[in-house]
Amino acid sequence: MISSASPFNSDQPRNGPLGPDDIIAVEDLAKIYGGRRVLDGVSFRVKRGDILVIMGGSGCGKSTLLRQIIGLQHPEEGRIWIEGREITQLTEGEFNEVRKKFGVLFQSGALFNSMTVGENVALPIREHFPNQPDMTVDIMVKMKLSLVELTKFAELKPAEISGGMKKRAALARALALDPKLLFCDEPTAGLDPIRVTEFDDLTLRLCRELGVTAVVVTHDMTSAFRIATRMILLHKGKIMAEGTPDEIRANTNPLVSDFINGKAETEVREDAEGYLRAILGEDN
Amino acid sequence: MPPTLTRFFQHLTGLSLLMADTAYWAVLAPFRGKRLRVDDTFKQMTLIGVGSLLICCMVMFFIGLVLAMQTAETLKKIGGLSLVGGLVAAAVMREIGPMLTAIVLAGRSGAAITAELGTMRVSEEVDALETMGLNPVHFLIVPRVLGMMFMGPCLTIVGVFVAMFGGYLIGVFNLGIEPAIYWRKSFDMLALKDIYSGMIKSVVFAGLVSNIACYFGLTVEGGAEGVGLSTTQSVVTSIVMIIASDCLLTAIFYFI
Repeated sequence: MISSASPFNSDQPRNGPLGPDDIIAVEDLAKIYGGRRVLDGVSFRVKRGDILVIMGGSGCGKSTLLRQIIGLQHPEEGRIWIEGREITQLTEGEFNEVRKKFGVLFQSGALFNSMTVGENVALPIREHFPNQPDMTVDIMVKMKLSLVELTKFAELKPAEISGGMKKRAALARALALDPKLLFCDEPTAGLDPIRVTEFDDLTLRLCRELGVTAVVVTHDMTSAFRIATRMILLHKGKIMAEGTPDEIRANTNPLVSDFINGKAETEVREDAEGYLRAILGEDN
Repeated sequence: MPPTLTRFFQHLTGLSLLMADTAYWAVLAPFRGKRLRVDDTFKQMTLIGVGSLLICCMVMFFIGLVLAMQTAETLKKIGGLSLVGGLVAAAVMREIGPMLTAIVLAGRSGAAITAELGTMRVSEEVDALETMGLNPVHFLIVPRVLGMMFMGPCLTIVGVFVAMFGGYLIGVFNLGIEPAIYWRKSFDMLALKDIYSGMIKSVVFAGLVSNIACYFGLTVEGGAEGVGLSTTQSVVTSIVMIIASDCLLTAIFYFI
């Protein structure tokens, strides 16, 4: 299924495009770097309980898209709604309230190296609920660490645990405030195939058990098809395909099938200029 | 506009905005219910103050020796050898103490702050803070700036006494000045203005060094190479700014 039209019907009220089942809506999003549109007219919705996987090749704009949604960058055009709030219109203070409703798992884990695993998980709880007694915070931390099977590693520093354990600890921190939404940027990058499968199973289990909606950015096709309930394929800053994993598999667009089957692009970019033109969408 | 000049104004604007933001979170925000991170500030005071104490004392001790030897040459010719202690005290209190302490802080603690924050930026730790709804200036910058602004004057005071002791060793054991006369002349020649101007300078220098270090740390781009580059820029900019602001402050104190 090639996505061409915006999912927002013209008869929909402009101030509230989220349907009763929707938790995120993105409308006509554009991000411009140095005059170039890295994201161009991106629109989609995420329903509650979905695991939406955003896929695409390197430089296609998928991480940039995630950074707009979680508020680390601001789009030049377009609007984003999370949980009924249009975040592109919010002040920093107002957006911080929205941020309490979601957790983010970064590619590198982004655990604070100066703190132990337990302190990392405790940080958002202590900061947002400063009046909670230490004993309550400790119990919450143990609960979160038990979800990712790291209870015995609470006292270790991130540098003392493996890459897979770091990802799980970062997941526990992302879930510390019981968010309704989880954003993951390349969660399985750098893990061996067994750890990837374990992490995927963990993500699926936690999303089901905790009722969390997830948006996952990845270019690992095996992992993407294992966890996704819906998928978006980005190409040169635009949505090239959108649908369920079965719909994406059945897509007849050669670019889509080449990407999901891992075939090399027909036109090989042999020089830096050609490569830059390709990822910036200037070769058409 | 040449790219170098554009970059200069970008850095100047960025640094000014960071300083304003830091001032808000350190001074105004506590009155609006945002608690000051006292524990983190004490931790930074320990890291910056205790960590820099030995090197500060060494530098100031040698400076005290050098100043005493240099001034003795001239004072001998005019028959005022007993004034060596006073000259050493006035010079280190007004000028050399605050400046050299700030340069030591820039080279040791400032570089460490830039490298630490730069690594946090590269490894997405700063982004993680933001997505948790925690302001990086409140969480990371204010404790470091306050820590350095408290410890800068403390290290300066200790350094001044160490330099005076260095001068004392030369004055008493080499130039033959009576110990009691050396100390009396030292304190006689120190005016109140020398003390407060030196303290104001050390606070201003520490504020500049810490803000510059934090700014270059938070704006790191491009991985490990970027961290190294920003650390160098942080130290060089701090030293230039220390000397430039010293010139300005000295002029202000001279004319008022």
